[in-house]
Amino acid sequence: MADQKVISRQTGVEDTQYKWGFEFDIESEVAPKGLNEGTVRFISAKKKEPDWLLKWRLKAFEHWVDQGDDASPKWAKLNFEDIDFQDIIYYAAPKSSDDAPKSLDDVDPEILEAFDKLGIPLHEQEKLSGVAIDAVLDSVSVATTYQDMLKEAGVIFCPISEAVQKYPDLVQKYLGSVVPYSDNFYATLNSAVFSDGSFCYVPPGVRCPIELMTYFRINEADSGQFERTLIIADEGSYVSYLEGCTAPMRKSHQLHAAVVELVALKDAEIKYSTLQNWYPGDKNGEGGVYNFVTKRGAARGENSKISWTQVETGSAITWKYPSVILQGDNSVGEFYSVALVNNYQQADTGTKMIHIGKNTKSTIIAKGISAGKAQSTYRGQVSILPGADNARNFTQCDSLLIGDECGAHTVPYIEVRNPTAKMGHEATTSKVNDDQLFYLQQRGIDLEESNYMIINGFCRGIFKELPFEFAMEASQLLRVSLEGTVG
Amino acid sequence: MSNFEKLIEIKNLHVSVAETEILKGINLSIGEGEVHAIMGPNGSGKSTLANVIAGRPGYSVTSGDIVYKGDSILKVAPEIRARAGIFLAFQYPVELPGVRTWQFLKAAIDAIRKGNGQEELKIRDFDKLLEEKRQLMEMDPDLVRRSVNEGFSGGEKKRNEILQLALLDPSLALLDETDSGLDIDALRIVSHGVNIFKSPEKSILIVTHYQRILDYITPDYVHVLVDGKIVRSGDSSLAMELEEKGYDWVKDGAGEEVHP
Repeated sequence: MADQKVISRQTGVEDTQYKWGFEFDIESEVAPKGLNEGTVRFISAKKKEPDWLLKWRLKAFEHWVDQGDDASPKWAKLNFEDIDFQDIIYYAAPKSSDDAPKSLDDVDPEILEAFDKLGIPLHEQEKLSGVAIDAVLDSVSVATTYQDMLKEAGVIFCPISEAVQKYPDLVQKYLGSVVPYSDNFYATLNSAVFSDGSFCYVPPGVRCPIELMTYFRINEADSGQFERTLIIADEGSYVSYLEGCTAPMRKSHQLHAAVVELVALKDAEIKYSTLQNWYPGDKNGEGGVYNFVTKRGAARGENSKISWTQVETGSAITWKYPSVILQGDNSVGEFYSVALVNNYQQADTGTKMIHIGKNTKSTIIAKGISAGKAQSTYRGQVSILPGADNARNFTQCDSLLIGDECGAHTVPYIEVRNPTAKMGHEATTSKVNDDQLFYLQQRGIDLEESNYMIINGFCRGIFKELPFEFAMEASQLLRVSLEGTVG
Repeated sequence: MSNFEKLIEIKNLHVSVAETEILKGINLSIGEGEVHAIMGPNGSGKSTLANVIAGRPGYSVTSGDIVYKGDSILKVAPEIRARAGIFLAFQYPVELPGVRTWQFLKAAIDAIRKGNGQEELKIRDFDKLLEEKRQLMEMDPDLVRRSVNEGFSGGEKKRNEILQLALLDPSLALLDETDSGLDIDALRIVSHGVNIFKSPEKSILIVTHYQRILDYITPDYVHVLVDGKIVRSGDSSLAMELEEKGYDWVKDGAGEEVHP
């Protein structure tokens, strides 16, 4: 067990439920608050980036300035105060990481210890078996495990900042090819100031031998996190990628605006799983992470497949629509989601499935759970373009309410421009039923556990899509997030 | 030996649901090893009695008491009553989508064991026990892997209730219309399960509209409940008489009251 005093400081917020809320006491180097062209150049210089990337960032920044703050999307069912983009730190890095990237042996022991405390051991001898982890602290990647094994398989898995140096052609070819810098307000911001994130390339015909995982951690106060992840599965390859994230408890809100791009070429498959557990704020809605994320995959090749599974329990606000563009004929897109909101949390999340190729198939299963005074919205779009002959979609949205002060909303958009399409849509809304609770209690199980069992059952179809250990963690996360919602 | 005279004593129990009085002064004592049957027409309050003993929310006890193993349980939470050995076989077993029967049964048995200061059952021991009871109830092995009661037939649900009775091995079994909706084979299997459970240490309260389950499980005492009151008590012959003469016979106030 790590010594508490070394790595935790009081964050000034009391919350017994969010056990990841401590702060690491690690010295950081931060950029001055605020955003201007200088900030963009500062970040790019810190990363010793090539000229093309700086130019791309600056184009994004210019676009962001031109469109103004008013261009931020207003259509989501979310209530929050305007974000002051000049009051955010756009770059924070542990001081010791100045000469990154480096091998695990060189990683600051305090950082290793800090991640240990989060349950993410990075030490060579203790690392999680079968999962290669890239650990990202604030704006930089601090460690990546299992490098040797990956190298042998020919899989590239490294911080994107490292990939820019080592594999510039790959990065330049694919960066922004799925989510262009002009895509939306937050994606534009990310393109200008993104700091780090993970890069993965799986060469043709390779089945990645282990799960890849990135663990994101916001630590620095007043800092935003703008990570950028790019995953490319070349022809006939397969990769399963996981991401997890936590943040300290703070009274002020912190902004997280990430972009994730996936590219699956012919016969390739990408399975992308997320456990989102950013600090949700306290019982009165104070603090918490604002999570505005753009995630999109291009199922570019024939018979390619992209599958998103997400379990969203954290963040004060979640704005997130992991999508699939089904370009290749016979390509498959999947979206499995559990979004749980409690207290004053708000989630507006869903997906987009854009069918372009022939015989494309998509499945959407979204489960929303609302408790306390929280609001949860499923927002999804399924588009069948004229050329997408014999496209199929099945959508199922289930909402579960706990108590009578929360809300659940379902907003499906369906656009069909090809008469051969087959669409299915099911939606249900239910409450945790007193008869179910009594049934479990009559068998000796206490009320809180009974409530958890019912909700865990409601989510089972989604959890089974997760890799086993992740599914266990998801269940555990659900249990913690549900504490105090009944009785 | 137990340090209480009767396993459960129901004393002048009055129960209302939303201002309407359902039970109007019930007196009933059940000793260890005894089998009691409560019979009565629809709406007489039979199921209410079983549910109030188990602690179902929504009923208010306006006066009287329920003393179980020497202590009043009126203020005791349902899960605590369950851990103390009160088991209700539900008239309408609830479906729990996504909750696997196996997982549910393991959670129940462990909750009760932990409540009694015992350790959780090892998975291997649990599997053995479950397999034994499953065979006893002649249940499809596939059912324990499925969600609790979801897509089960009426008979399978009732068998699942008695499977739980067999697994959890309580002190007091309340069978709430367990026979309703059962075909003759299911009734035989369910009754067999109850008869295996029956022993000098166990007590059973059978709530039923019809006499036919009593052909399989012989009660020591039969009570007739009409309009929230026990109007007649007797031995198992009373059930036969009722079957023959119908409830109108007791409604008229015929016969004498016998208190066990």
